[in-house]
Amino acid sequence: MQELLSISSFIILYGVSYGVVLFTISIGLVVMMGLMRVINLAHGAFAALGGYVAASLMNQLSIPFFIAVPLAVVGVALFSVIVERLFYVHLYTATDLDQVLLTVGLAFVAVAGLNFIFGPNVFPARLPEILTFNINFGIRQFQAYRLFLIVDGAVLFVILWYVFDRTGFGARLRAAVDNRTMAQAIGINVPKLFSIVFALGSGLAALGGAIGFAILPLEPLYPFKYLVIVLIVVSLSGFGSIKSAAAVAIFIGVVDTGCRYLFPGIGAFIIYAILISLIIHKHTGIVVRRRA
Amino acid sequence: MKFQSELLERHRFRPIEAVYWVLLVMAVFVFSDYLAIAATVVIMCLFALSLDLVLGFAGIVTLGHAAYFGVGAYTASLLALGGLHEAITGATLAGLTAAAVALVLGPFVLLLDGLPLIMVTMAIGAIFYEAANKASWLTGGDDGLRGFDFAPLLGIFQWSIYGYTAYLYSLSWLFVLFLLTRRVVGSPFGVALQGIRENRARMRLIGAPVVGHLVRAYVLSAFIAGIAGAIYAQINQFVSLEVLSIDTSVDVVVMLVLGGIGQLYGGLIGAPVYVLVKHFAAQWNPYNWMFIIGALLIVAVRFGRGGLLGFLSTATEWLLRHWRKPTGGAP
Amino acid sequence: MTGSALETSNLCKSFGALKVADNISLRLAQGARHALIGPNGAGKTTLVQLLSGVLRPDAGKISLMGEDITLSSQRHRVKRGLVRTFQVTSLFRGLTVLENVFLATSEHSGVSRQMIRAAGAHRELLSWTETIIEQLGLADDMHRKIAEIAYGRQRLVEIAIALSLEPKILLLDEPAAGIPTKEVSILLDAVEHLPNDITILMIEHDMHVVRRFATKVTVLVNGAVLLSGSPHDVMSSGEVRTVYLGQSGHARFASGADDA
Repeated sequence: MQELLSISSFIILYGVSYGVVLFTISIGLVVMMGLMRVINLAHGAFAALGGYVAASLMNQLSIPFFIAVPLAVVGVALFSVIVERLFYVHLYTATDLDQVLLTVGLAFVAVAGLNFIFGPNVFPARLPEILTFNINFGIRQFQAYRLFLIVDGAVLFVILWYVFDRTGFGARLRAAVDNRTMAQAIGINVPKLFSIVFALGSGLAALGGAIGFAILPLEPLYPFKYLVIVLIVVSLSGFGSIKSAAAVAIFIGVVDTGCRYLFPGIGAFIIYAILISLIIHKHTGIVVRRRA
Repeated sequence: MKFQSELLERHRFRPIEAVYWVLLVMAVFVFSDYLAIAATVVIMCLFALSLDLVLGFAGIVTLGHAAYFGVGAYTASLLALGGLHEAITGATLAGLTAAAVALVLGPFVLLLDGLPLIMVTMAIGAIFYEAANKASWLTGGDDGLRGFDFAPLLGIFQWSIYGYTAYLYSLSWLFVLFLLTRRVVGSPFGVALQGIRENRARMRLIGAPVVGHLVRAYVLSAFIAGIAGAIYAQINQFVSLEVLSIDTSVDVVVMLVLGGIGQLYGGLIGAPVYVLVKHFAAQWNPYNWMFIIGALLIVAVRFGRGGLLGFLSTATEWLLRHWRKPTGGAP
Repeated sequence: MTGSALETSNLCKSFGALKVADNISLRLAQGARHALIGPNGAGKTTLVQLLSGVLRPDAGKISLMGEDITLSSQRHRVKRGLVRTFQVTSLFRGLTVLENVFLATSEHSGVSRQMIRAAGAHRELLSWTETIIEQLGLADDMHRKIAEIAYGRQRLVEIAIALSLEPKILLLDEPAAGIPTKEVSILLDAVEHLPNDITILMIEHDMHVVRRFATKVTVLVNGAVLLSGSPHDVMSSGEVRTVYLGQSGHARFASGADDA
């Protein structure tokens, strides 16, 4: 019994904290896909960049973790605006294939760039002392870091929910997601909104990469390594829905952790199989992507 | 009776095509020291051709096509290890196996479109990879399979380390399957695929069995990809997990796009370029080729309508126009 | 029930509180030339969507040549001979007229399953395709791209594609919409020459078109049938004029001031 509690609490805590990182990275893409209908396969690059910049700030300039992370987020968000104006504007009316190809190209360039700047090995990054302590729950000991992630996720969720559901900005955003031409017709500056959302989404990805570097280690291939799982979260969430994205991310985090722990041989398998069936189940029928 | 219809005239041979095939045959003499890599290039051309059928002509965006390449490769290897030393039969059977897999998966996968389709194809590719990894009793896992060889081709041509047989074997397969693909693309079925690619909903409204047509294209494409994989294993006498990796799936998409999709020769031009760039750039630094290819992709999407082929044809048109001008008007 | 090509009884459809189809009962005889008119928002397009299978009715029945197709799929209805055209053209703009129609004829005849013989070599199919195109007076445009031909002629290609499916019942959804007045006669000639064994239900606003084409007219208002009868009866009905033109318009029309 003790054993069972220990294992399940491990799976839940680790799974949920992993899910939180996934949520943070993916939510930006969920909103972007909902609003701009762009398949952005380079999204992971912003997450990687966030992690790398935060880690560099900590290593080179000895800036503490809790300051380095926000700085990295803001930096990457600003950088993303440049990228958006240069490349993504052209994708808003492009075909699926073109979007996939251009963003894959960007991802390739990003990987080469990361390697060039930061080297091919896993980038050294250490958590601040305060998060490495183990907290004893009686059943098991857990790293404070994991709890930090969960608390973070909850706070982020509340903030995002509030912004989307309760503010004017959120209302305009939801309107534009729902029907772009109509939104433009009533005076919402859609291109500006796109840029803001893109920066927001990329900033959130950077946040995920920065706080999650202990779970998802930083290396040049990061954008591709976690691409598949991020895309899985996105395609199972309703486009633009924060609640379902959170639910899906947590679910995947827990299932993934659980499967790897309980069925080490075929863990990955089960995930992919479940996910394929869910996607087919959810998307079968005529999926209409409104190009409003 | 010649129709002024490009769509209905796809089957017609253009003289300039002969140039391509002659070049490929001449490579035997010109690149006799590099026949190993030349054979790999030819195999990738075939793989890219198979992808063109689904991506360029049917509009199915898949990032998991390596699954069929890999199934073909492993099937051919296992058949050889099991005693089948006739290469052509082995390759054909491998292709049929890959086609069978596509026949099972197709009807479900092809109900999807857009991002969900991309996702599922990636996930299927990943599942096959994992399966092969775990089933190391069958696939040799990380070490792969080796130690199989083949009887002389058609009883006459010996397999040598110089690679002539291997190269000409691959080239023959490419030629034959190219002709087949060309026929299919020029048939009413090929025309219907084009319609599906342009406007799926519209095709449904005229009563077209869209998914049925797509499955056919998918199965045929898997057959060709499977043969490509089989040849790959046969001439290298070795197969390992990389044939099933997502890298391979992405590679072949990039190859095709660089060359130009939906033009039959796109993959046949893009593959050599890609393989050679990767080969030479990688020797310098493993990440450099990524940068070059990434940049090429971005340029291709932003500016290149039709990849290298499109670029070549517009360039040729431009040249011809400016060439003719001086001799045009009265002196 | 016997003898009618297409028939609906008490067809109902609502979107929330909005009733778009209110107990519609309609009967099309074989070979009929039937027009459906009504002010904007009357539910004409909704009715066409219900008939073609894009929408499912909340209540009521639809039968095609005696067969109950109320719940059948779109594809099934097309196979049974119920074909519609569209209000907004959605042809393959980059392809020629011949290629567009060929897609339909090849699909309908099953030739699209052929994978080996070249498309251009299917002589019989091509001549049938050309015949349809000629039937609609489009022979000159056969090898021109859709994007390059006049809008009125694009609408004719729509009808050509519909004919490729060998319809028994043709639903023409505002075929004259958007066509410049001088091109409308081309359309009318083509429609007049459509085979007599095809039953046609046309939705139209343009009264000239209706008067020339229809032998029977049904008026739809707010989702319900107001009146059904010969064109003359319908147009001289006070109720109909009021609905269309308002009280003052009624007087003007009665004096014949607007007739061309």
